[in-house]
Amino acid sequence: MDKWEDNKAWFLVLPVFIIVAFSAIIPLMTVVNYSVQDIFPGKRVFVGAEWFKEVLTSHRLHSALWRQFLFSGMVLLIEIPLGIIIALAMPKRGWGVSASLVTLALPLLIPWNVIGTIWIIFTRPDIGLFGATINSLGITFDHTSAPLDAWVTLMLMEVWHWTPLVALLAYSGLRAIPEAYFQAAKIDGASAWATFRYIQLPKMRGVLTIAILLRFMDSFLIYAEPFVLTGGGPGNSTTFLSIYLVKIAVGSFDLGPAAAFSLIYFVIILLFSWLFYQALQNVGKGENNG
Amino acid sequence: MKIRKRTIGLALYFGLLLLPIYWMLNMSLRTNADILGVFSLYPTDITFGNYIKIFTDKSWYSGYINSIIYVSMNTVISLSVALPAAYAFSRYRFLGDKHLFFWLLTNRMAPAAVFLLPFFELYQTFDLFDTHIAVALAHCLFNVPLAVWILEGFMSGIPREIDETAFIDGFGFPRFFMTIFIPLIRAGVGVTAFFCFMFSWVELLLARTLTATDAKPIAAIMTRTVSATGLDWGLLSAAGILTIVPGALVIWFVRNHLAKGFAMGRV
Repeated sequence: MDKWEDNKAWFLVLPVFIIVAFSAIIPLMTVVNYSVQDIFPGKRVFVGAEWFKEVLTSHRLHSALWRQFLFSGMVLLIEIPLGIIIALAMPKRGWGVSASLVTLALPLLIPWNVIGTIWIIFTRPDIGLFGATINSLGITFDHTSAPLDAWVTLMLMEVWHWTPLVALLAYSGLRAIPEAYFQAAKIDGASAWATFRYIQLPKMRGVLTIAILLRFMDSFLIYAEPFVLTGGGPGNSTTFLSIYLVKIAVGSFDLGPAAAFSLIYFVIILLFSWLFYQALQNVGKGENNG
Repeated sequence: MKIRKRTIGLALYFGLLLLPIYWMLNMSLRTNADILGVFSLYPTDITFGNYIKIFTDKSWYSGYINSIIYVSMNTVISLSVALPAAYAFSRYRFLGDKHLFFWLLTNRMAPAAVFLLPFFELYQTFDLFDTHIAVALAHCLFNVPLAVWILEGFMSGIPREIDETAFIDGFGFPRFFMTIFIPLIRAGVGVTAFFCFMFSWVELLLARTLTATDAKPIAAIMTRTVSATGLDWGLLSAAGILTIVPGALVIWFVRNHLAKGFAMGRV
């Protein structure tokens, strides 16, 4: 699979570069600028790496960071396999295809602050279907007072909200496999598992890479949904990185430390996305020679 | 037997998926006093008052119009710049290609909170504040990279012999791209259009920061009204139900492209 070597391909990429750079580079430079200054109204003082030191040694940041890793890790472990299973179970032809696709897309199309609101309505012990049902079974459930219940509600919301994204991507990847592959597998008498492992899974690598990266990035940046649902509480039990960041940036209006925090946050996501990307590019490279 | 189990499992999943949305629909058809007063699995006293309020109050329905305008602009811009770029990434090796490809994605990784102020200043400088195009351009920051990534995946699935044959047959690049190549990856184009539409539709922070009145999105109007009236659950639910409708129409239109997959055999 050698690609054609031609630097004129830059002309095809140029519009994308311009349109993205317009919104990306100047704001990023500004934030870098903030992060090394102490900002008062009308006056700015250069402080060097001061804010970075302060942020990196913050105990509250560390706990928010671990919480964030736990959350994103659980998100990936649940949503990716579940999404693949759903995509495999979906019908391949007939009216069921349209019905499944439209149903899957519904949670994805709701603005993120509304998602939080839906789940408040759904899980409240007094007016919510889920909350009232659980409580009538004799289990006390209240996401506003018990940290565990808050986490359960958040995970339910997250899985409900985003598994369809993984399923849609996996499904479109599955549909892109030529029928001839399955016929060949059938003739060879391959089991369903072997078909999945050696035909469907490798062919889904592209869409699954996108799915994993998207789910990692977006769950790591999650803000609106937990903010609306729990506000970071009870206590600090659901204070994820972005909620903590907004508390610094807006709550105490410390632009310098908040900017330093943002850049560290950004670098963490960048690093892990890069690792995932490299791993997914290389996995299974050796076995696809046949 | 196995197929049957699979269908039941899928139906069960869809049932659970629809439950919270059903609950919102239920709420949207009741008055706020009714919601807080009685617990009921279905609306006993159906009222369309919440919907009527949204459709007759300009401060409400203009939010939907604004959102639809900037989301459509964003989808068109994203697709038209991403298609040639994705082709370049899938077919050519050029200076800095791998770095550029990954750099695109890094634009989805920045935590929004601190970037909002510089964004505001940037669009203010270009005199674009409170216009639809400002939000459409700002959303390109995360939609264009995604579009390039998804399309590149689909394009790489098409063997390059097809391009070579077409070029030997005397097709110029624009004609080949529009009449042969894009139809081949229409499943990918459909999926991409849907994702651009979706991410632009649900994004709130940037859209709210870059608009004041003329281009204010529906999601922002919802938050404001909620805090002002002390949580009118019924009205909020009705507005929420209506935010699902435009996207559901989009997925309805692209469903065939999604489902058909590649027409490999016909080439």
